[in-house]
Amino acid sequence: MVEVLGKKATRFGFGEGLLELGKKNPKVFALGADTAASVALNIFAEAFPERFVNVGVAEQNMMGVAAGLAVAGWIPYAATYGVFAAGRPWEQIRTTICYSNLNVKIGGSHSGVMVGPDGATHQALEEIAIMRCLPNMTVIVPCDMVETKKATMEASRIDGPVYIRYGRESVPIITSEKTPFKIGRAEVLTEGKDVAIMACGTMVYEALVAAEALESKGIGARVVNVHTIKPIDEKTIADAARECGAVVTAEEHQIHGGFGSAVAEVLVKNAPVPVEMVGIMDVFGESGNPADLMKHFKLKDTDIVRAVEKVLKRK
Amino acid sequence: MEVEQLKAVSKNVRKDILTMLTEAGSGHPGGSLSAVELLVELYFNQMKFNPDNTTDPGRDYFILSKGHACPVLYSVLSQLKCVDNKELCTLRKPGSRLQGHPAKDKNLPGIEVSTGSLGYGLSIGVGVALGIKSRQGANRVYVMMGDGEQQEGSIWEAAMSAGHLKLDNLCAIVDYNNLQIDGKISDVMGVEPLADKYRAFGWHTVEIDGHDFKQISKAYAEAKSTKSRPTMILARTIKGKGVSFMENNVDWHGKVPSKEQRDMALKELEK
Repeated sequence: MVEVLGKKATRFGFGEGLLELGKKNPKVFALGADTAASVALNIFAEAFPERFVNVGVAEQNMMGVAAGLAVAGWIPYAATYGVFAAGRPWEQIRTTICYSNLNVKIGGSHSGVMVGPDGATHQALEEIAIMRCLPNMTVIVPCDMVETKKATMEASRIDGPVYIRYGRESVPIITSEKTPFKIGRAEVLTEGKDVAIMACGTMVYEALVAAEALESKGIGARVVNVHTIKPIDEKTIADAARECGAVVTAEEHQIHGGFGSAVAEVLVKNAPVPVEMVGIMDVFGESGNPADLMKHFKLKDTDIVRAVEKVLKRK
Repeated sequence: MEVEQLKAVSKNVRKDILTMLTEAGSGHPGGSLSAVELLVELYFNQMKFNPDNTTDPGRDYFILSKGHACPVLYSVLSQLKCVDNKELCTLRKPGSRLQGHPAKDKNLPGIEVSTGSLGYGLSIGVGVALGIKSRQGANRVYVMMGDGEQQEGSIWEAAMSAGHLKLDNLCAIVDYNNLQIDGKISDVMGVEPLADKYRAFGWHTVEIDGHDFKQISKAYAEAKSTKSRPTMILARTIKGKGVSFMENNVDWHGKVPSKEQRDMALKELEK
């Protein structure tokens, strides 16, 4: 069985990480856009009200103000739902933050279809694609609450923009304080030589469950947690592809331009093996409960198993 | 610096603008020439700015939201010896620190942040002003915008937050020359009543002639002494100011003079 250490939403990892960071680093400043409580910014805001600003429902301004705070020497963390954190102010992020290489950290909460009943308008499914194409930007998609906390804190060590993608729904905790985490380095979670499953975010757990099912069928899967999508760990990905000869990617995000595409870019240059991708197949999300939506959009462990069976035939 | 000296500097700045734009072969003379006096007074008489240490934490900050007018800023920085005057002729050329719009990554002294996509500078200014207040600093922040730029919705998000946060260390300036690329502002998309709009957003407003040093100086002083509110200086200017064939002519928004036209303009400035 996959070792599960509990269940908690990754947004609380962001909130708790920011609080701990705020205690250690007096330069950390947080910005909210009327969603402070639901993206867990309130934890920091209550502890350090003098280092928090709520700009209201005005995400473009939030990114500009964050940029200005960075110019004035602060380390701003601006967070809201991913659609509004990455999508609405995309050009501010591009031209003001990334082009100036400003030290702004962006928290993109409410990612994926697991946002649930709010439906497609609030389910961020495109942020990996639109953030990873920006020069100077680091993109992290942690797999659970503990890893999100680490990512939030570690991001402060990078002198430049970072986008951290996390979610609202409770998901299994599969890493501990002791699990290694280094921005830019993918972690191999299971050894296997038949197929490599590269996953990010919520799909890492699904990949681990899939690997167990595959093992019972005599297929050895190497599950790799690629939490940093940019800069991507080319070596670990290429090594796994060469040694396994086939790759499945898994993401709770659009299939075009996202995590699978990022892995494929590495593979075509270094180890062109057959690839199958699990993700949102170029459609919008919809209302529903999170678990049902994961099934509906074919993002479950069983979907990964099917993708593995398909890719093995192409080997 | 006295008015006569400011006028002499302004004349040199206008010459620089015409020379560098002609050399570059593209760029924006109209909105650069309209902002000369506003920037010369700001840099020579108002801002805490050390040309030898442009990242001094005690400095005042300037953000050129209307980044296409960067020739005027580059020239003022050169008059202050932050930039060698000869470097002005690299404007818009490959490898130059003088990009077509201000570029932070080129490390030109005095450029705080990359700008040029309209509607962004005021938010940045709000962030800097808030950042200074949050560290109990006494520095001030100046943001120069265009009048056409007032059509951007993000400006009003920023304006709302500056009023709400009572950022009295923030002073914005609109270079109000009445023209934008497609024609008269009032024809394309009217922005009036601009002063009333900013007042409604919690700002102190001052309306001046943006080429009159006494009025400009008084407006900046008024901004400094205004408490609990940001100040907006609406500076009425003439696009292409100083070159008769460019003045109030929208064609010179984004067109540069030929060498002959440049020589005519330089001769006129010498009169």
